Amino acid sequence: MTAGAATRNGRALALKDVPSLEPSHFRGWLVNALRDKGKRLVSYFGSAADSSSGPAAEGISLVAVLADDANGRLSVARTNCDGTAFASLVPETAQPHLFEREIAEQYGVRFEGHPWLKPVRYHHSYRPAHDAWGRPADATILPGVTDFFRVEGDEVHEVAVGPVHAGVIEPGHFRFQCHGEEVFHLEIALGYQHRGVERSVVGGPTKRTLPYMETVAGDTTIGHALAYAQAVEALAGMPVSARAHAIRGIALELERLANHVGDLGALAGDVAYLPTAAYCGRLRGDFLNMTAEICGSRFGRGLVRPGGIGFDLLPAQVEILRSRVAVARREVTEAVELLWETPSVRERFDRTGTVTPEDAEALGLVGPAARACGIQRDVRHDFPSGIFRFVHLPVMTAHHGDVNSRAYVRWLEIRQSISFILDQLDGLPPGGPGAAAGVMRPDSLVVSLTEGWRGEICHVATTDAAGRFSRYKITDPSFHNWIGLALALRGGQISDFPLCNKSFNLSYCGHDL
Amino acid sequence: MLKALLARAHQGHRTTAYPDGEPPALPERFRGAPTLDPSRCPEGCRSCADVCPTDAIGGDGSLSLDLGRCLFCTECVTACPEGAIAFTNDYRLATRRREELVARGQELALADALERNLRRLFGRSLKLRVVSAGDCNACSADVNVLGTIGWDLGRFGINYVASPRHADGLLITGPVTENMRLALQKTYDAVAPPKIVIAVGACAISGGPYAGHPEQHGGAASVVPVDLFIPGCPPHPLTILDGLLRLLGRIEDGSRAVSSRTA
Repeated sequence: MTAGAATRNGRALALKDVPSLEPSHFRGWLVNALRDKGKRLVSYFGSAADSSSGPAAEGISLVAVLADDANGRLSVARTNCDGTAFASLVPETAQPHLFEREIAEQYGVRFEGHPWLKPVRYHHSYRPAHDAWGRPADATILPGVTDFFRVEGDEVHEVAVGPVHAGVIEPGHFRFQCHGEEVFHLEIALGYQHRGVERSVVGGPTKRTLPYMETVAGDTTIGHALAYAQAVEALAGMPVSARAHAIRGIALELERLANHVGDLGALAGDVAYLPTAAYCGRLRGDFLNMTAEICGSRFGRGLVRPGGIGFDLLPAQVEILRSRVAVARREVTEAVELLWETPSVRERFDRTGTVTPEDAEALGLVGPAARACGIQRDVRHDFPSGIFRFVHLPVMTAHHGDVNSRAYVRWLEIRQSISFILDQLDGLPPGGPGAAAGVMRPDSLVVSLTEGWRGEICHVATTDAAGRFSRYKITDPSFHNWIGLALALRGGQISDFPLCNKSFNLSYCGHDL
Repeated sequence: MLKALLARAHQGHRTTAYPDGEPPALPERFRGAPTLDPSRCPEGCRSCADVCPTDAIGGDGSLSLDLGRCLFCTECVTACPEGAIAFTNDYRLATRRREELVARGQELALADALERNLRRLFGRSLKLRVVSAGDCNACSADVNVLGTIGWDLGRFGINYVASPRHADGLLITGPVTENMRLALQKTYDAVAPPKIVIAVGACAISGGPYAGHPEQHGGAASVVPVDLFIPGCPPHPLTILDGLLRLLGRIEDGSRAVSSRTA
């Protein structure tokens, strides 16, 4: 990965130190790293931001961030694109497939040779008069109105669901191509939740920036706010106290616990095993209430702030949390272990919705979905920051890539997170909450990663000459993983879809931004 | 099977006694209804209004806080040098009319019940179709949690249903993105009249942090008429439940006094 500038998680770089490669060299660097060297594409995005060696007024800049998970190294490089067309990498390596579609939609660049260049979020291009599909400026763009794969033949039928689903769930559109009961292919169309987060951050930070970050995906408030805070702290050179790091870590793991426990309950509900569904549904709330004990909000709003934390833990609260976590540990253990001992549950979990390790690697899946395929991939382990530089957590994996493995990985992580929290509560370091304002470095770039409960959260921020955000790229783990859900359905049955969907439990708004 | 039975015994009965008994304890740092004391405001001071991320605080000479926009983030509390704004732990926030969400340090009117004929229809059985229209999943999650055993919404005859054809009304979260506007309209049209609409969360009431973005429409009322506003970011499940029960006339204590603490 010599072509890119080496960097670390949460370390600011001067933009002039980010190499600007010739397009062919840039593509060669990416293809070589992704296809031949097993590196991973963390982020790949367009930017109209002008910089010292930036693009001509008509063009845009393309920035790519690669991860070498095994060695904990990040590498970043960019290239200039004329703003109309660029050769697609997808025929060579699959990982950029959705990133290229996103760049095409946002900046009107046609990726020549992309096998399935469709919109991602269904909005107009950020650059007037540049549209990758040649749509006129006044065209009405409707979500889900696009080409879909179609299978034709005897007994072949198409099932379309959404955007409004049967449960209390975010909107998305799913199309199944079926042959009798068998699903040949599932295609997922999102974009219904698009609120325009990324564009609104440019020129910031403003008083709205933190609320944006906390609501990118509201169930991942801590994960995204932490990635944002890390980025700002790197750019502004803000120190963060050890105590703030520890409390952030506790909050991040409480978020993981609430969601993992809730997911296991939902999975149980989907196979009609009501004991675990009922207990875990309640226990999820217990973990949310622990977060509320720290900061007053069940979702951790206002807790993580650039420079530190908005709420400190008092000794009495530490005691309350310690006793509640201990009780929850007992109750969760009992509720979840019922799953592994119930044949009717195992029969439905085992070998349902399998994703092979090869596919998971090729597509760059992250989080529990990747770890369920046996892939050792966890930001807390590979690119540790904050408290995780001092506390090393082993990576929890399972090996069959099916619903059972995705459930089991969650269970292993639940146990690990509970132990971590109890350890932290036992030894909270002294120090202040921090959270001071700082001035961000001009003309810089930072890659900030955290391990949210769904997987790797990546925020890449660049600043302009005045030290304001010139581009802010958010990649929620769901962005990597939706294609994994589509693959999990192949050869399965539509009746398995709710179960597979819950086993991934991806974010719609985190994808749609 | 034996373990399942043992677990049942250990886990016990966990449904809250509320509203017949005490509501579940709220954490000390929980932020509910605000108290405003305009008498403390120095002449021309805009400290609170300037820091509010959603411009919920009126800077028109008299202190006002629009709970429909408020994210309950406490920036204003921190910024105020005089302590004119504070958040209590009063979870009751729902109103029937948008303008009633604007707190001015006087009594806040809480939601009153549906008119008689609708109460007769929905009072003992209210089926709601939940529509997420650009929410961040926090409101959805805390709407959903009311269905769990801890809250057991079914006790009140309130259920979330899978189809608008089965529903008496909609419960909407999110600012209504442009990409969900048509789907929301179609879902509303599919509900047989008479029907009601409940907007949950700052986004569904005012657009929340996304107010003003061209990608959204500033809340549910931009598309459908709203009968109940439940503010918060996200509202606590107790706040949502309180609003629903007031709408059905199962809790009645008209308005409440917001104490104006005098120095």
